[in-house]
Amino acid sequence: MKFIDEYRDSALVRTLAGAIARTAKRPWTVMEICGGQTHAIVKFGLDELLPPAVTLVHGPGCPVCVTSAEMIDQAIALSLRPGVTLCSFGDMLRVPGSGIDLLTAKARGGDVRMVYSPLDAVRLAREHPGREVVFFAVGFETTAPANAMAVLRARREGLPNFSMVVSHVLVPPAMRAILGSPDNLVQGFLAAGHVCAVMGTGEYGPIAREFGAPIVVTGFEPVDILEGLLRCLRQLEAGRAEVENAYARVVRPEGNKAARAIVGEVFEVVDRDWRGLGSIPGSGLALRQEFADYDAPRRFGLHAPPKAPPGECISGQILRGLKKPFECPAFGTRCTPEHPLGAPMVSSEGACAAYHRYRLRSRSETAA
Amino acid sequence: MCLAVPGKLLSTQGEDPLERSGRVSFGGVIKEVSLACTPEARPGDYVLVHVGVAISIVDAEEAEETFRYLRAMGELEGLGAETATSPP
Repeated sequence: MKFIDEYRDSALVRTLAGAIARTAKRPWTVMEICGGQTHAIVKFGLDELLPPAVTLVHGPGCPVCVTSAEMIDQAIALSLRPGVTLCSFGDMLRVPGSGIDLLTAKARGGDVRMVYSPLDAVRLAREHPGREVVFFAVGFETTAPANAMAVLRARREGLPNFSMVVSHVLVPPAMRAILGSPDNLVQGFLAAGHVCAVMGTGEYGPIAREFGAPIVVTGFEPVDILEGLLRCLRQLEAGRAEVENAYARVVRPEGNKAARAIVGEVFEVVDRDWRGLGSIPGSGLALRQEFADYDAPRRFGLHAPPKAPPGECISGQILRGLKKPFECPAFGTRCTPEHPLGAPMVSSEGACAAYHRYRLRSRSETAA
Repeated sequence: MCLAVPGKLLSTQGEDPLERSGRVSFGGVIKEVSLACTPEARPGDYVLVHVGVAISIVDAEEAEETFRYLRAMGELEGLGAETATSPP
Protein backbone atom coordinates (compact mmCIF):
# COMPACT_ATOMS: atom_id res chain seq x y z
CA MET A 1 0.00 0.00 0.00
CA LYS A 2 1.18 3.51 -0.82
CA PHE A 3 2.83 5.40 2.08
CA ILE A 4 3.51 2.06 3.82
CA ASP A 5 5.46 -0.28 1.53
CA GLU A 6 8.15 2.23 0.56
CA TYR A 7 8.85 2.84 4.27
CA ARG A 8 9.77 -0.84 4.68
CA ASP A 9 12.51 -0.74 2.00
CA SER A 10 15.41 -2.88 3.21
CA ALA A 11 18.12 -0.86 1.39
CA LEU A 12 16.94 2.35 3.07
CA VAL A 13 16.76 0.59 6.42
CA ARG A 14 20.37 -0.59 6.03
CA THR A 15 21.49 2.90 4.98
CA LEU A 16 19.88 4.39 8.08
CA ALA A 17 21.27 1.68 10.37
CA GLY A 18 24.74 2.42 8.97
CA ALA A 19 24.33 6.14 9.57
CA ILE A 20 23.17 5.46 13.14
CA ALA A 21 26.22 3.26 13.82
CA ARG A 22 28.55 6.02 12.58
CA THR A 23 26.69 8.76 14.49
CA ALA A 24 26.57 7.18 17.96
CA LYS A 25 30.02 7.70 19.49
CA ARG A 26 28.90 7.42 23.12
CA PRO A 27 26.23 5.32 24.88
CA TRP A 28 22.71 6.77 24.59
CA THR A 29 19.29 5.71 25.85
CA VAL A 30 16.30 6.80 23.76
CA MET A 31 12.65 6.05 24.53
CA GLU A 32 9.98 5.54 21.89
CA ILE A 33 6.75 6.73 23.42
CA CYS A 34 4.13 4.90 21.43
CA GLY A 35 3.23 1.23 21.74
CA GLY A 36 2.70 1.09 17.98
CA GLN A 37 6.36 2.06 17.56
CA THR A 38 7.39 -0.55 20.15
CA HIS A 39 5.48 -3.21 18.23
CA ALA A 40 7.16 -2.23 14.93
CA ILE A 41 10.65 -2.12 16.51
CA VAL A 42 10.34 -5.63 17.94
CA LYS A 43 8.43 -7.07 14.97
CA PHE A 44 10.96 -5.85 12.38
CA GLY A 45 13.95 -6.43 14.69
CA LEU A 46 15.06 -2.79 14.36
CA ASP A 47 16.69 -2.81 17.82
CA GLU A 48 18.90 -5.69 16.65
CA LEU A 49 20.30 -3.46 13.86
CA LEU A 50 21.56 -0.88 16.36
CA PRO A 51 25.12 -0.57 17.65
CA PRO A 52 25.64 -1.64 21.30
CA ALA A 53 25.99 2.03 22.30
CA VAL A 54 22.34 2.76 21.48
CA THR A 55 19.60 1.45 23.77
CA LEU A 56 15.93 1.81 22.89
CA VAL A 57 13.57 1.64 25.85
CA HIS A 58 9.86 1.25 25.46
CA GLY A 59 7.54 3.93 26.74
CA PRO A 60 4.08 4.08 28.30
CA GLY A 61 2.26 4.76 25.01
CA CYS A 62 -0.29 1.99 25.22
CA PRO A 63 -3.55 3.40 26.57
CA VAL A 64 -5.04 0.07 27.61
CA CYS A 65 -1.80 -0.67 29.51
CA VAL A 66 -2.08 2.47 31.63
CA THR A 67 -5.85 2.47 32.24
CA SER A 68 -6.25 2.01 35.99
CA ALA A 69 -7.65 -1.23 37.41
CA GLU A 70 -10.32 0.85 39.20
CA MET A 71 -11.58 2.25 35.87
CA ILE A 72 -11.75 -1.27 34.40
CA ASP A 73 -13.62 -2.47 37.51
CA GLN A 74 -16.18 0.30 36.92
CA ALA A 75 -16.69 -0.80 33.32
CA ILE A 76 -17.04 -4.42 34.44
CA ALA A 77 -19.62 -3.46 37.07
CA LEU A 78 -21.61 -1.57 34.42
CA SER A 79 -21.44 -4.45 31.95
CA LEU A 80 -23.06 -6.78 34.49
CA ARG A 81 -26.06 -4.48 35.04
CA PRO A 82 -29.30 -5.60 33.36
CA GLY A 83 -30.16 -3.41 30.37
CA VAL A 84 -26.59 -2.18 29.80
CA THR A 85 -24.52 -2.86 26.66
CA LEU A 86 -20.84 -2.10 27.33
CA CYS A 87 -18.61 -1.62 24.29
CA SER A 88 -14.96 -0.81 23.78
CA PHE A 89 -11.93 -1.49 21.57
CA GLY A 90 -10.86 -5.14 21.37
CA ASP A 91 -7.63 -4.73 23.37
CA MET A 92 -9.49 -3.26 26.33
CA LEU A 93 -11.70 -6.32 26.80
CA ARG A 94 -8.81 -8.61 27.82
CA VAL A 95 -7.08 -6.39 30.38
CA PRO A 96 -7.78 -7.57 33.92
CA GLY A 97 -9.09 -5.08 36.47
CA SER A 98 -8.42 -5.91 40.11
CA GLY A 99 -10.13 -9.27 39.47
CA ILE A 100 -11.64 -10.30 36.14
CA ASP A 101 -11.56 -8.72 32.66
CA LEU A 102 -14.47 -7.62 30.47
CA LEU A 103 -14.48 -10.81 28.37
CA THR A 104 -14.94 -12.82 31.59
CA ALA A 105 -17.79 -10.47 32.49
CA LYS A 106 -19.27 -11.32 29.08
CA ALA A 107 -18.95 -15.04 29.84
CA ARG A 108 -20.83 -14.39 33.08
CA GLY A 109 -23.75 -12.90 31.17
CA GLY A 110 -22.70 -9.27 30.69
CA ASP A 111 -23.53 -7.71 27.29
CA VAL A 112 -19.99 -6.76 26.21
CA ARG A 113 -19.27 -5.84 22.58
CA MET A 114 -16.11 -5.09 20.66
CA VAL A 115 -16.33 -2.08 18.33
CA TYR A 116 -13.92 -0.63 15.76
CA SER A 117 -14.95 2.99 16.29
CA PRO A 118 -16.80 4.98 18.96
CA LEU A 119 -19.15 5.98 16.14
CA ASP A 120 -20.19 2.29 15.99
CA ALA A 121 -21.21 2.58 19.65
CA VAL A 122 -23.42 5.56 18.76
CA ARG A 123 -24.99 3.44 16.01
CA LEU A 124 -25.68 0.66 18.55
CA ALA A 125 -27.46 3.20 20.79
CA ARG A 126 -29.53 4.39 17.82
CA GLU A 127 -30.49 0.84 16.80
CA HIS A 128 -31.25 -0.37 20.34
CA PRO A 129 -33.24 2.40 22.04
CA GLY A 130 -34.32 -0.01 24.78
CA ARG A 131 -30.73 -0.56 25.99
CA GLU A 132 -28.27 1.72 27.76
CA VAL A 133 -25.18 1.74 25.54
CA VAL A 134 -21.96 2.64 27.40
CA PHE A 135 -18.70 3.18 25.52
CA PHE A 136 -15.49 2.62 27.49
CA ALA A 137 -13.50 5.49 25.95
CA VAL A 138 -9.77 4.89 26.29
CA GLY A 139 -6.98 6.39 24.26
CA PHE A 140 -4.39 9.09 23.83
CA GLU A 141 -4.82 12.39 22.00
CA THR A 142 -5.04 10.44 18.72
CA THR A 143 -8.34 8.84 19.71
CA ALA A 144 -9.82 11.87 21.51
CA PRO A 145 -11.35 13.48 18.36
CA ALA A 146 -13.29 10.29 17.49
CA ASN A 147 -14.51 9.88 21.07
CA ALA A 148 -15.51 13.55 21.30
CA MET A 149 -17.30 13.27 17.98
CA ALA A 150 -19.34 10.32 19.32
CA VAL A 151 -20.63 12.52 22.16
CA LEU A 152 -21.46 15.40 19.79
CA ARG A 153 -23.35 13.07 17.45
CA ALA A 154 -25.29 11.46 20.30
CA ARG A 155 -26.28 14.92 21.52
CA ARG A 156 -27.31 16.10 18.06
CA GLU A 157 -29.41 12.95 17.52
CA GLY A 158 -30.92 13.31 20.99
CA LEU A 159 -29.93 9.76 21.96
CA PRO A 160 -30.85 9.43 25.65
CA ASN A 161 -29.30 5.95 25.98
CA PHE A 162 -25.65 6.70 25.11
CA SER A 163 -22.93 7.44 27.66
CA MET A 164 -19.20 6.94 28.26
CA VAL A 165 -16.67 5.88 30.84
CA VAL A 166 -13.84 8.24 29.91
CA SER A 167 -10.28 7.10 30.65
CA HIS A 168 -8.37 9.39 28.32
CA VAL A 169 -4.67 10.03 28.89
CA LEU A 170 -2.30 12.70 27.56
CA VAL A 171 1.27 12.07 26.45
CA PRO A 172 3.31 15.23 27.29
CA PRO A 173 2.61 15.11 31.07
CA ALA A 174 3.78 11.48 31.12
CA MET A 175 7.01 12.48 29.35
CA ARG A 176 7.57 15.11 32.04
CA ALA A 177 6.91 12.52 34.76
CA ILE A 178 9.44 10.12 33.22
CA LEU A 179 12.15 12.77 32.73
CA GLY A 180 11.56 14.20 36.21
CA SER A 181 11.80 10.86 37.99
CA PRO A 182 15.01 10.48 40.09
CA ASP A 183 15.84 7.10 38.51
CA ASN A 184 15.24 8.29 34.94
CA LEU A 185 17.49 6.77 32.25
CA VAL A 186 15.93 8.41 29.17
CA GLN A 187 18.10 10.98 27.32
CA GLY A 188 15.95 11.57 24.26
CA PHE A 189 12.47 10.80 22.96
CA LEU A 190 10.88 9.60 19.77
CA ALA A 191 7.52 11.36 20.14
CA ALA A 192 4.32 9.59 19.08
CA GLY A 193 3.57 10.65 15.50
CA HIS A 194 -0.19 10.24 15.52
CA VAL A 195 -0.63 12.05 18.84
CA CYS A 196 1.25 14.94 17.20
CA ALA A 197 -0.91 14.68 14.04
CA VAL A 198 -3.80 15.80 16.25
CA MET A 199 -2.10 18.06 18.82
CA GLY A 200 0.87 19.45 16.88
CA THR A 201 4.33 19.91 18.33
CA GLY A 202 3.89 23.05 20.45
CA GLU A 203 3.82 21.27 23.81
CA TYR A 204 7.25 19.67 23.35
CA GLY A 205 9.54 22.71 23.13
CA PRO A 206 9.28 23.56 26.84
CA ILE A 207 9.91 19.91 27.81
CA ALA A 208 12.98 19.62 25.56
CA ARG A 209 14.41 22.86 27.00
CA GLU A 210 13.57 22.19 30.66
CA PHE A 211 15.05 18.68 30.72
CA GLY A 212 17.70 19.07 28.01
CA ALA A 213 16.25 16.14 26.06
CA PRO A 214 15.84 16.14 22.26
CA ILE A 215 12.34 15.18 21.10
CA VAL A 216 11.89 13.93 17.53
CA VAL A 217 8.35 13.42 16.19
CA THR A 218 8.49 9.97 14.61
CA GLY A 219 6.28 7.73 12.47
CA PHE A 220 5.61 4.01 12.67
CA GLU A 221 7.27 2.22 9.76
CA PRO A 222 10.88 0.93 9.91
CA VAL A 223 12.31 3.79 7.81
CA ASP A 224 10.36 6.35 9.88
CA ILE A 225 11.58 4.95 13.20
CA LEU A 226 15.25 4.75 12.19
CA GLU A 227 15.15 8.24 10.69
CA GLY A 228 13.66 9.58 13.93
CA LEU A 229 16.32 7.77 15.94
CA LEU A 230 19.14 9.04 13.71
CA ARG A 231 17.96 12.63 14.11
CA CYS A 232 17.65 12.18 17.88
CA LEU A 233 21.19 10.74 18.11
CA ARG A 234 22.64 13.58 16.01
CA GLN A 235 21.17 16.03 18.51
CA LEU A 236 22.48 14.07 21.50
CA GLU A 237 25.99 13.88 20.02
CA ALA A 238 25.92 17.60 19.25
CA GLY A 239 24.61 18.50 22.72
CA ARG A 240 21.37 19.92 21.30
CA ALA A 241 17.89 19.45 22.81
CA GLU A 242 15.34 20.59 20.23
CA VAL A 243 12.04 19.49 18.78
CA GLU A 244 12.34 18.04 15.27
CA ASN A 245 9.68 16.63 13.00
CA ALA A 246 10.71 13.41 11.22
CA TYR A 247 7.10 12.65 10.23
CA ALA A 248 6.33 15.76 8.20
CA ARG A 249 4.12 13.98 5.66
CA VAL A 250 1.53 13.56 8.43
CA VAL A 251 2.34 16.04 11.26
CA ARG A 252 1.95 19.83 10.93
CA PRO A 253 3.40 22.02 13.69
CA GLU A 254 -0.06 23.27 14.64
CA GLY A 255 -1.63 19.78 14.53
CA ASN A 256 -5.17 19.31 13.26
CA LYS A 257 -7.18 22.44 14.12
CA ALA A 258 -10.61 20.92 13.44
CA ALA A 259 -9.81 17.90 15.60
CA ARG A 260 -8.44 20.03 18.43
CA ALA A 261 -11.57 22.19 18.37
CA ILE A 262 -13.84 19.13 18.71
CA VAL A 263 -11.73 17.74 21.56
CA GLY A 264 -11.70 21.10 23.37
CA GLU A 265 -15.46 21.45 23.06
CA VAL A 266 -16.20 18.11 24.73
CA PHE A 267 -13.30 17.36 27.08
CA GLU A 268 -11.33 19.18 29.77
CA VAL A 269 -7.94 18.38 31.30
CA VAL A 270 -7.97 16.57 34.66
CA ASP A 271 -5.49 14.65 36.85
CA ARG A 272 -5.33 10.97 36.01
CA ASP A 273 -4.11 7.76 37.65
CA TRP A 274 -1.86 5.73 35.34
CA ARG A 275 -1.59 2.02 35.99
CA GLY A 276 1.97 1.32 37.07
CA LEU A 277 2.97 5.01 37.13
CA GLY A 278 0.56 6.52 39.68
CA SER A 279 -1.26 9.86 39.54
CA ILE A 280 0.09 12.42 37.06
CA PRO A 281 -1.25 16.00 37.28
CA GLY A 282 -3.09 17.29 34.22
CA SER A 283 -2.57 14.04 32.32
CA GLY A 284 -6.13 13.03 31.49
CA LEU A 285 -9.28 14.18 29.73
CA ALA A 286 -12.80 14.07 31.19
CA LEU A 287 -16.19 15.23 29.90
CA ARG A 288 -16.91 18.92 30.45
CA GLN A 289 -19.74 19.82 32.83
CA GLU A 290 -22.13 20.60 29.97
CA PHE A 291 -21.75 17.00 28.75
CA ALA A 292 -22.27 15.50 32.23
CA ASP A 293 -25.40 13.68 30.96
CA TYR A 294 -23.08 11.48 28.90
CA ASP A 295 -20.89 10.59 31.89
CA ALA A 296 -21.72 6.93 32.63
CA PRO A 297 -20.40 6.73 36.25
CA ARG A 298 -22.53 9.77 37.08
CA ARG A 299 -25.59 8.49 35.20
CA PHE A 300 -25.46 5.15 37.01
CA GLY A 301 -24.45 6.56 40.40
CA LEU A 302 -21.12 4.71 40.51
CA HIS A 303 -18.66 5.74 43.18
CA ALA A 304 -14.93 5.60 42.74
CA PRO A 305 -14.02 2.05 43.75
CA PRO A 306 -11.31 1.40 46.34
CA LYS A 307 -7.75 1.27 45.06
CA ALA A 308 -6.73 -2.21 44.00
CA PRO A 309 -3.59 -3.55 45.72
CA PRO A 310 -0.64 -3.85 43.33
CA GLY A 311 -0.06 -7.39 42.04
CA GLU A 312 3.11 -9.14 40.87
CA CYS A 313 3.24 -7.20 37.56
CA ILE A 314 6.20 -4.78 37.32
CA SER A 315 4.52 -2.72 34.58
CA GLY A 316 5.57 0.56 36.24
CA GLN A 317 9.25 -0.26 35.73
CA ILE A 318 8.60 -1.58 32.21
CA LEU A 319 6.65 1.55 31.19
CA ARG A 320 9.39 3.87 32.45
CA GLY A 321 12.08 1.91 30.64
CA LEU A 322 13.83 0.81 33.86
CA LYS A 323 13.40 -2.90 33.11
CA LYS A 324 13.01 -4.99 29.97
CA PRO A 325 10.28 -7.66 29.86
CA PHE A 326 12.87 -10.50 30.14
CA GLU A 327 13.94 -9.10 33.51
CA CYS A 328 10.54 -9.84 35.05
CA PRO A 329 10.51 -13.19 36.90
CA ALA A 330 6.92 -13.86 35.79
CA PHE A 331 7.59 -13.20 32.06
CA GLY A 332 6.62 -16.16 29.88
CA THR A 333 5.95 -18.39 32.90
CA ARG A 334 3.22 -17.13 35.22
CA CYS A 335 2.48 -14.25 32.83
CA THR A 336 1.64 -15.03 29.18
CA PRO A 337 -0.70 -13.44 26.59
CA GLU A 338 -3.25 -16.17 27.39
CA HIS A 339 -3.02 -15.56 31.15
CA PRO A 340 -1.67 -12.04 31.63
CA LEU A 341 -0.79 -10.71 35.07
CA GLY A 342 -0.71 -7.17 33.75
CA ALA A 343 -1.69 -5.01 30.83
CA PRO A 344 1.67 -4.84 28.93
CA MET A 345 1.24 -8.58 28.26
CA VAL A 346 -2.30 -8.09 26.91
CA SER A 347 -2.24 -5.45 24.22
CA SER A 348 -0.30 -6.27 21.05
CA GLU A 349 1.35 -2.88 21.65
CA GLY A 350 2.43 -3.72 25.18
CA ALA A 351 6.19 -4.28 25.41
CA CYS A 352 5.78 -7.68 27.14
CA ALA A 353 3.35 -9.01 24.53
CA ALA A 354 5.63 -7.86 21.70
CA TYR A 355 8.66 -9.56 23.28
CA HIS A 356 6.64 -12.69 23.98
CA ARG A 357 5.44 -12.88 20.38
CA TYR A 358 8.64 -12.02 18.52
CA ARG A 359 11.54 -12.69 20.88
CA LEU A 360 10.79 -15.87 22.81
CA ARG A 361 12.20 -18.11 20.07
CA SER A 362 15.34 -16.10 19.32
CA ARG A 363 16.06 -15.94 23.05
CA SER A 364 15.73 -19.70 23.56
CA GLU A 365 17.95 -20.26 20.48
CA THR A 366 20.58 -17.97 21.99
CA ALA A 367 20.33 -19.81 25.31
CA ALA A 368 20.67 -23.18 23.55
CA MET B 1 -3.97 1.79 19.87
CA CYS B 2 -2.84 4.86 17.99
CA LEU B 3 -2.64 2.76 14.83
CA ALA B 4 -3.66 4.85 11.82
CA VAL B 5 -3.63 3.66 8.22
CA PRO B 6 -3.26 5.75 5.04
CA GLY B 7 -5.91 5.22 2.37
CA LYS B 8 -7.02 6.93 -0.83
CA LEU B 9 -10.16 9.04 -0.63
CA LEU B 10 -12.48 8.01 -3.49
CA SER B 11 -15.56 10.16 -2.90
CA THR B 12 -17.15 12.37 -0.27
CA GLN B 13 -20.70 12.91 0.88
CA GLY B 14 -22.53 15.34 3.16
CA GLU B 15 -21.92 19.06 3.71
CA ASP B 16 -22.50 19.33 7.46
CA PRO B 17 -19.07 19.54 9.16
CA LEU B 18 -19.84 16.88 11.78
CA GLU B 19 -21.51 14.45 9.36
CA ARG B 20 -19.21 14.74 6.32
CA SER B 21 -17.83 11.36 5.33
CA GLY B 22 -15.98 9.65 2.51
CA ARG B 23 -15.28 6.29 0.93
CA VAL B 24 -11.62 5.38 1.46
CA SER B 25 -9.72 2.57 -0.27
CA PHE B 26 -7.08 0.78 1.80
CA GLY B 27 -5.26 -1.21 -0.89
CA GLY B 28 -8.64 -2.12 -2.39
CA VAL B 29 -10.59 -2.60 0.85
CA ILE B 30 -13.14 0.21 0.95
CA LYS B 31 -14.50 1.71 4.17
CA GLU B 32 -16.72 4.61 5.10
CA VAL B 33 -14.69 7.18 7.07
CA SER B 34 -15.62 10.39 8.92
CA LEU B 35 -14.08 13.52 7.41
CA ALA B 36 -15.20 15.80 10.26
CA CYS B 37 -11.56 16.51 11.20
CA THR B 38 -10.30 16.94 7.63
CA PRO B 39 -12.77 19.40 6.05
CA GLU B 40 -10.28 20.21 3.27
CA ALA B 41 -9.88 16.56 2.11
CA ARG B 42 -10.78 16.01 -1.56
CA PRO B 43 -11.10 12.85 -3.66
CA GLY B 44 -7.63 11.67 -4.70
CA ASP B 45 -6.05 12.74 -1.39
CA TYR B 46 -4.51 10.14 0.89
CA VAL B 47 -5.98 10.43 4.38
CA LEU B 48 -4.67 8.87 7.58
CA VAL B 49 -7.51 7.00 9.31
CA HIS B 50 -7.76 6.14 13.00
CA VAL B 51 -10.84 4.35 14.48
CA GLY B 52 -13.01 5.42 11.57
CA VAL B 53 -11.94 9.09 11.55
CA ALA B 54 -9.49 10.75 9.14
CA ILE B 55 -7.04 12.67 11.36
CA SER B 56 -4.60 13.98 8.74
CA ILE B 57 -4.08 14.37 5.00
CA VAL B 58 -0.80 12.80 3.87
CA ASP B 59 1.42 15.46 2.29
CA ALA B 60 2.88 13.78 -0.82
CA GLU B 61 5.46 16.55 -1.34
CA GLU B 62 6.84 16.16 2.17
CA ALA B 63 7.00 12.39 1.63
CA GLU B 64 8.96 12.88 -1.61
CA GLU B 65 11.29 15.35 0.11
CA THR B 66 12.13 12.74 2.77
CA PHE B 67 12.93 10.15 0.10
CA ARG B 68 15.13 12.59 -1.82
CA TYR B 69 17.09 13.18 1.37
CA LEU B 70 17.32 9.48 2.25
CA ARG B 71 18.38 8.50 -1.29
CA ALA B 72 21.07 11.16 -1.26
CA MET B 73 22.29 9.76 2.04
CA GLY B 74 22.33 6.24 0.57
CA GLU B 75 24.34 7.42 -2.45
CA LEU B 76 26.81 9.25 -0.25
CA GLU B 77 27.23 6.13 1.81
CA GLY B 78 27.79 4.05 -1.34
CA LEU B 79 30.38 6.58 -2.45
CA GLY B 80 32.06 6.44 0.96
CA ALA B 81 32.23 2.64 0.82
CA GLU B 82 33.75 2.72 -2.68
CA THR B 83 36.39 5.20 -1.66
CA ALA B 84 37.28 3.09 1.33
CA THR B 85 37.65 -0.15 -0.61
CA SER B 86 39.12 1.09 -3.91
CA PRO B 87 42.88 0.91 -4.24
CA PRO B 88 44.75 4.22 -4.01
